[in-house]
Amino acid sequence: MITLQTVYVFAGLVFGAFAVMSAMDRSNAKRFGNAAFWGLFAASFLFGSYIGDFANGLLVTGLVLVGGFGLIGRGRPTEIDAVARRASAARRGNWLFGPALVIPATALLGTLVFKGISVGGVPLVDPKQVTVISLALGIAIALGVAMLWLRPRLVVPLEEGRRLVDMIGWAAILPQLLASLGAIFALAGVGKAVGVLATQTIPLDQPLVVVVVYCAGMAIFTAAMGNAFAAFPVMTAAIGLPLIVHKFGGNPAIMASIGMLSGFCGTLTTPMAANFNIVPAALLDLPDRYGVIKVQIPTAVLLLLVNTALMYCLVFRFGTHT
Amino acid sequence: MWPLLGVAVIALGFALRLNPLLAIGLAALASGFAAHLSAVEILSALGHAFNENRYVSVVFLVLPVIGLLERAGLQERARMLISRVHAATVGRLLLVYLLLRQITSSLGLVSLGGHAQIVRPLIAPMAEAAGERTLGTVDDETRARIRAHAAAADNVGVFFGEDIFIAIGSILLIRGFLQSSGVVVQPLDLSLWAIPTAIAAFVVHGTRLLLLDAKLARRKAARAESDAAQ
Repeated sequence: MITLQTVYVFAGLVFGAFAVMSAMDRSNAKRFGNAAFWGLFAASFLFGSYIGDFANGLLVTGLVLVGGFGLIGRGRPTEIDAVARRASAARRGNWLFGPALVIPATALLGTLVFKGISVGGVPLVDPKQVTVISLALGIAIALGVAMLWLRPRLVVPLEEGRRLVDMIGWAAILPQLLASLGAIFALAGVGKAVGVLATQTIPLDQPLVVVVVYCAGMAIFTAAMGNAFAAFPVMTAAIGLPLIVHKFGGNPAIMASIGMLSGFCGTLTTPMAANFNIVPAALLDLPDRYGVIKVQIPTAVLLLLVNTALMYCLVFRFGTHT
Repeated sequence: MWPLLGVAVIALGFALRLNPLLAIGLAALASGFAAHLSAVEILSALGHAFNENRYVSVVFLVLPVIGLLERAGLQERARMLISRVHAATVGRLLLVYLLLRQITSSLGLVSLGGHAQIVRPLIAPMAEAAGERTLGTVDDETRARIRAHAAAADNVGVFFGEDIFIAIGSILLIRGFLQSSGVVVQPLDLSLWAIPTAIAAFVVHGTRLLLLDAKLARRKAARAESDAAQ
């Protein structure tokens, strides 16, 4: 069976190659910092499953210290100049989009097809991880096609990958690290504390007030945790179910659906949702780390107002008390 | 209440633009110690969660392919394609992408998009080319703004499209949580009630995108005027 472990070995080898190439890159004054950072990340993929929680914790600490104290720089592998790229683009035409589109197409097809394939009673692909494995497979196929077509030297894709990953730099581990912080928050009871705070400090005896607190609470708590999935159980257990549904007779499907979408408004505003907001700022080489968030805030605020109004107008009209 | 200290630390860290890795490390320690966890317990919990969430970073494997294609002129090709379309402006182009992203996500096709795979190599260069076509030259600040809007269109599209699909993670989470609290809801109901917000998201963000064209043109004019005055 192909599992995530297979994909992690692939990832470990790629990041390991980035580490080795970083160490040899004399154009980068901080080359050993880069080598240490990508090397630790590679170690996490290759050995993370075997070394236990505490050793993984030490590994994370190493990544945080190397990345956090600015010990990594940007490698500058030799780039092809813009004139040559334009000539290549003109010559190769729209076929260039082909390999790039192989990736989502494979991811999509794999997700649909792999669930049904099994060899000797064992599923070919771990059914719980089909999406991620299909994505990795799509990448492998696209890479193969592009290599056969463009025929560059074998190190070229790794050099190009290193150029792009160095643009992202320390932000590359941010999504994973924030998920880990979420786990610490859960362990420390942050969610419960927020629920207590919301229910004890605000008088919740009017349906409108309850709806406003629930929707705004979902957005704010999501912004603090970086993830609406973490906010939803807490806010719904503290306010949504006991007050909107049970006390005032609101419709649970409307409460939950619009509540979750209010949380997504919070996701648009927070650096904690790093893979949506911070990583793209790095990938697009924006001078401001918060550039993406800044253009999203007006939409987030307006949509939160719309969500609150929608919930207030709909949740009781289609409720259980009528 | 003390576990909330970690939230305060992280908020302060982001506000002061401390390196986020350090801010997160400090926040984890603050919340952990406040909840009477030992340093070893905190490190172990961090290590465990980091290890469990490695799948989030698998998407970076796309970078060698994208880099290779960029070297062969992928971004330039995306620009060429758009500079021939005379109706294309930054706002209209991103509006179309927003709509496509919402529709495909609502059908469960969330993987047809993403910042590393689609926005950086295709959408951002197309939007920039559209900007150059309508505005002439584009200064660095405007270029950054156009790129930020390309990323934002992807986020808004997927966030307010995916919940219409009945088998998406958030719908399953909602259903599971409500069921464990003794409330049964149908996935179809949950996805139907996501439609009003999806429409509102398209109207709100789409309007902002259409206004963006006028805004970029005004900025350009204002800049030209102040340059002429000097």
